[in-house]
Parts: sequence; C-alpha cells; structure tokens
Amino acid sequence: MSDIVLLVVTGVGLGALYFLAASGLSLIYGLMGVLNFAHGAFMVAGAYAGWLTMTGLPDTLGVTVRLALAIAVSVAVGALIGLVVEVVLIRPLYRHHIQQVLVTVGLSLAAVAAIQGIWGSDAHPLEKPRWLASTTRVAGAQIPTDRFLFIAAALLVFGALLALLHFTRLGLVIRAGVENRTMVEALGINVHRTFSVVFAIGGAAAGLAGLLGGVYANSVSPLQGGSMLIYAFIVVVIGGMGSLTGTAVAAAAVGLVQQLANYYAASGVGDLSVVLLLAVVLLIRPASLQGAHS
Amino acid sequence: MSTMAATGPLTTSPTPILRVEDLHVRYGGSHILQGVSFDVPATGVTALLGRNGVGKTTTLKAVLGLAPRTGGVLLDGSDITRWSVTRTVREGVGYVPEDREVFGGLTVEENLRLVGGDVGADAAIVGELFPDLVNRREQRAGTLSGGQQQMVALARVLLRPNRLLLVDEPTKGLAPKLVTEVADVLGRVAQTAPILLVEQNLPVVRRIADTVVVLDAGQVVYRGAADDLMSDPDLTRELLGVSMRREARQ
Repeated sequence: MSDIVLLVVTGVGLGALYFLAASGLSLIYGLMGVLNFAHGAFMVAGAYAGWLTMTGLPDTLGVTVRLALAIAVSVAVGALIGLVVEVVLIRPLYRHHIQQVLVTVGLSLAAVAAIQGIWGSDAHPLEKPRWLASTTRVAGAQIPTDRFLFIAAALLVFGALLALLHFTRLGLVIRAGVENRTMVEALGINVHRTFSVVFAIGGAAAGLAGLLGGVYANSVSPLQGGSMLIYAFIVVVIGGMGSLTGTAVAAAAVGLVQQLANYYAASGVGDLSVVLLLAVVLLIRPASLQGAHS
Repeated sequence: MSTMAATGPLTTSPTPILRVEDLHVRYGGSHILQGVSFDVPATGVTALLGRNGVGKTTTLKAVLGLAPRTGGVLLDGSDITRWSVTRTVREGVGYVPEDREVFGGLTVEENLRLVGGDVGADAAIVGELFPDLVNRREQRAGTLSGGQQQMVALARVLLRPNRLLLVDEPTKGLAPKLVTEVADVLGRVAQTAPILLVEQNLPVVRRIADTVVVLDAGQVVYRGAADDLMSDPDLTRELLGVSMRREARQ
C-alpha cells in the first residue's frame, strides 16, 4: 500500500513539473500556432537565474528565503525572455511556420551554447532547505517533501491560468483567439498584444519549471531544458494543443505512467512507456484528449 | 454582357463612405480581383452581386485588409490601404463574415462582450433587435441554430459604432422565416449605418438594397440602382444567370 502511495504522489509530483513546462507551450501553440522549440531555453534561463540568485544572496538570509526569492526571479526572467523573444523574433514570422521552427530551434541551441560558454557544461548543485530535502510520511509512505512543492506550484499555476482564462477580458480574447484568431482581429481586437502577454506567461511558467526542475535534480545544467521539453511536447500532444485542462490531465498521466513503469518493469522503461502512451492516445483519439486544434 | 453602367460614374452619392479604386487581389498564381472600382454611398444598402466564385467575398476581405491587396480603398476620404485590420475595424468598419464564424466554445454573452466591453447581451440594441439572444446569454454559441448564430454575428458588430458594415451572405443556409427576419434587421440597421452586402438571395436584395454592384471574373460589370437591375429580368438573367421570377417563388 505504501509503495502505491509513494509511486502515485511522486508520479503526480513529476507530472506537476511536466505541467509547468507544458502549460505555456500549450497556450502559445493554441493561440498563435507557434511551435516554440525555444521553450527549453526559457526553462534553462529560469533555472540559471534562480541558481545565480541563490548563490548571489548572502547566506544570512537562510536557504528558504533565498529559494523563495530565486523562484520569483526565475518567473520574472522567464516572463521577460518570453516577451523579448515574441517581440523580436516571433512577431515578424507569424504565419511563416518553417521559419518559426528554424528560429526557435536556433535560439535553443544558441542559448545552451551561451550558457555552457559562460558557466561551463557541468551541472551546478542547487541548495535546498533542509525541510524540502526531507521526506513526509503519508499513509505509511515516506514521500520526498519537494514533490508537494511541485504539486502546490502546479495547482497554483493551473488555478491562476484558469482564472485568467475565464474571469478576465484577456482570457476571453485568448479563448476566442485559440478558436479563430483571424476573426478576433476582424472584431477590432489587437491580438498581437495578446500574443506578447501569452508568450510572457508561457515564459514565466517555463522559468518556474526550470528552477523547480533544478530542485528536483538537486542541480541546474545547460541541458536540462532539452529533456524537459521533450516531455512537455508529449504532454501537450496528448492533452490537446491549447487545452489547459487537457494539459493538466495529460501531465499527471505521463508522470504516473513513467513512475509506475520504472518501478514495476525496470528502470528506464518509464521513458519508453510514455512514448507508448502517446502512441496509444493518438491511435485511439487522433485529436488528442481535448481535441483542440484537431 | 453589358458593361455600360459599369463604365459610368462610380456612384450617385457625392460623398461615398467607401471608395474602392482599381483593387487587385492575387492568391498564389490566381488573380482574383482585377481592378475592381466602385463606391458605397453614405446611406442605405449596396449589394455586391455576381455568380459564385467571381470575387465578392474576396472584395469584402480586401476592403477590410484580410486579403492581400493593391489599389485604393478610401474610407470617408481616408486611404486605409496601409491600415491594419484592427485599426480599420476600430475606425468604424464592422464585418460579418460568411458562415458567421461565431466563437462556438464561448457563450453568447462572451461572444458579445468580446467587442462590447461590459455591455454584452444587456446592450439596448441587442435587446431591441435580438431579444432571443438575451435569454440565451449563457448558452454556448456553438450549440445555437444557424439563424441564432447569425444573430450573434450581427449583434457583436452592432455593439460598436459603425461607419460602414461589410456583411457577407447573411441569409445563407437559413430557413425562409429566418431569411425574412435577418433582412428586416439589416433594413433597420441600414437606417443608421450604410451596408455593403454580399447576397445571393435576390428577393432580399430587391427588398433592402438601394444600389448594386455586379462582379464577374474579378471585375465590375454593372453598377447602378437596385430597382433598375431588379426590374429588368433580361439584364438580371444576363448578369447573374438567374430569373427574378424563379427566385421570388423560392
């Protein structure tokens, strides 16, 4: 029983990280049709911004306070980078999908190379508060406490994004734009301003995912964004491009399947099982779970 | 085919709300509009007519900026060819597209709030022209009938002050009773804002249009008073390939 509880909570915790990585990606594709391969670079930028904040602040502040500030900086840096990338690189290329892919792939490669050039290729340890590095007993299972932080962060972001989408004018424009961007423009609404905001939101979520990914791995590294990005893409394809709820369900499913397969089959089978899950979902429901952008 | 009227004055109105001059649209290798020129008077309904595929919808999209265009488009004397779609709409050009294109996942209220700020279904004009929508404000637009969706599409542009309305086949696919209702609404709206109307239903054109522009193969082949065209069965048949008597029976 305790094994099951451990696997479910850690699986959902992993899924929470995937959700944070995938939510921005899903919104950006859903509204703008942009496959943002630079999203992994946003995550790395957030992770390094957080790490630099953690190491740059005086030890007298305490690890918990420094981590909280690092999270805020990661979110802000992710948002800023998302905004700048949209305005400078993506905006001139709307409706030019091949060029968008080339630019975002190029940006992700350049970002990783730049980080390796400045801070080296090795992973840098990320300090954790003692309470976060400990375990919490739930139904007989000793669960790493950081998983609860990931789940709480994902729930917070999910709730905030749902509130944004359903209770604000910006959210109304985003939902309409996901359905029919041209018609939104034809109603006199400046959809480009909305694009910038969505890119910033996606960047902020990616920045948070990057730093929390560092907390999960106990380190930040230049290549962490690339591996997270693969799972993020799988999650948005399963959940439905542009569907936040579908993304949340898919993220939890991917995390659980990966964790259960790693435990009950063999270590490493989890990655394969995630790809199999993607194949099964696409075979059964080619339009994905939510069917957006089918 | 007669082009006599097409080569005459662009309009009978001294100050047209819209002047289209030598408008060209090319998609890929196709030359869809080939030098279209006409005026839309500042009052009433101007019907843009022609057989299927002659460029009527493309003309509306080109006026709004949704189609790649060259040539002149003047709104109330101002050249709008370099304006964005958003600016054109904000300057008072409302657009009701073919097939309605309401946001099916949004409620009626949300569809209306998109353009109407905080007025939505409570706006006086919605209650006056589309009372059925007020009762359906919480219903998803995608679950409405075609006629109701057309009402949403019309209502959402009427929530803005308009200097000109571009309306594309508003009666397409509607039951006869709804066709009459939509025509009534357009007739009332035209009392406050001129309409450039693409319409295949000739009885509707006869009922509400004041002037007509006929396109063929991407060019204007006739422009003049609606009554002149509609009262001439031979000319109607020649330009549009239909008989008014047969249309009236349908």
